[in-house]
Amino acid sequence: MIEALQYTFVQNALIAAIVVSVISGIIGSLILVNKMTFLTGGIAHSSYGGIGLAIYLGLPIFFGASVFALFSAFIIATIAYKQKHRIDIFIGIIWAVGMAVGIVFVDLTPGYNVDLMSYLFGSILAVSKSDLVYMITLLIAVLFFVHKYYYQILATSYDSEYASLKGINARLFFTVILLLSALAVVVAIKVVGLILVIALMTIPTYIAEQISSSLYGMMFKSAFISTIFTIIGLIFSYNFDISSGATIILTSAFGLFIYLIYEKIIKR
Amino acid sequence: MESNALIEVKNLRFKYRKDYVIKDINFSIKSGDFFAITGPNGGGKSTLIKTILGILEPNSGEVVKNISNLEIGYVPQNTNVNLDFPITVLDVVLMGNGKQHNRKKFFNIGRSKFEIECARNSLSKVGMQDFLHRKISDLSGGQRQRVFIARAICSHPKLLVLDEPTSSIDINGQKEIYKLLKDLNKSLTILVVTHDLTVITNYANRVLYVNQEGFLHNLKGQFSINPNNEHFCEVELMQMLGESK
Repeated sequence: MIEALQYTFVQNALIAAIVVSVISGIIGSLILVNKMTFLTGGIAHSSYGGIGLAIYLGLPIFFGASVFALFSAFIIATIAYKQKHRIDIFIGIIWAVGMAVGIVFVDLTPGYNVDLMSYLFGSILAVSKSDLVYMITLLIAVLFFVHKYYYQILATSYDSEYASLKGINARLFFTVILLLSALAVVVAIKVVGLILVIALMTIPTYIAEQISSSLYGMMFKSAFISTIFTIIGLIFSYNFDISSGATIILTSAFGLFIYLIYEKIIKR
Repeated sequence: MESNALIEVKNLRFKYRKDYVIKDINFSIKSGDFFAITGPNGGGKSTLIKTILGILEPNSGEVVKNISNLEIGYVPQNTNVNLDFPITVLDVVLMGNGKQHNRKKFFNIGRSKFEIECARNSLSKVGMQDFLHRKISDLSGGQRQRVFIARAICSHPKLLVLDEPTSSIDINGQKEIYKLLKDLNKSLTILVVTHDLTVITNYANRVLYVNQEGFLHNLKGQFSINPNNEHFCEVELMQMLGESK
């Protein structure tokens, strides 16, 4: 693996793995504490509509997926803020409709033969310089937002009704959390694909939640654990020449298994 | 508005869809009151509280406040919070200060000494000062409720509003919460939504029975109720409160 680092595509893959893991750790924590894990799958699948549209119109794929994901997140934020307990219905709708739009536009594209599997299961070894710029820009935006407004985010996530009473614009923060989640899902699609993105956002954050006493600590630990899982997965993927997205998720699942054994048997 | 009234509710009506949940309710909460709102499930108690707090907008009528929203401390129902949330007692209590304790500088991470002292002060009033850095999910139901009360009094409110503060707490925990509320009532006004007979008969000086409409009672001397009477039950009290204006 060390000698492989001389190749630009491997360097890009490694940087992308670290950047996306940190983003997933932070945003995944917000998704988990807001009980919106299902949302990750919904936005990921709805962004397939953007991928199909971008292919049909000849636009950059990342751009199409991002716009569609943001649109879906905005719809959910607008409709579901007052009815959080019904959020699963709206997620289910955008999940299916987004996929359907994507399939229809890909079908309509004349002579289209790009391997759609790379969007379904990720293609981290195909990360370009412009992809990296996009990912790093998003990471900076996420770090700024979380650090600058940490206590407002904390109050909104813990008890949005109480936060509103105390003069915090909980609706705005809820919307921004959803929009950043949408963008985080899109960049994570590049690493593990839209089918597996839900696991990348969930497994490290679940372990982090169990060992943290603050949201800040959970985000930090989740980002760290996610980075470790992603890099180990990447190494296995390179050495055994198997799909990187699936390997990263299986590595995470194995990590979770080890943690649960430690919790249930050794720690007791 | 009455001279010592903190809150005056006038002809209040609210409906979620077609039917009114509360109809033409009138009452005032005076400084020093231990005011209880009771009534059957679905009768509109929590809706009334949320309308007073400004969370819900009434369809007609008005809530006249002689105090600002920031002078109202609120303890919501325990069921509203995510019990697995990774958060310390310190951070929960300081939420009560709302915008007042935002970090002024970008690199100023964590809580200031002033904030920690402020939280410790609130927690000492509810006997939880030693739990400052504990994770909230590690506490018992009664301890958690004390922390929520500390959060509500952190900004030194004039009115403390509690929605079913003793539901999901064991009997010993309930007694401690009552005693605490009685102590707090020496310095602030209390408005509590409850089904609890002990609160209604032993602590409250006024009670509003809400079942869409409101029936107001000044309890001192009006009802000679002994809650230890084995024949006495909640149904009887509700009938008494609901039948007589």
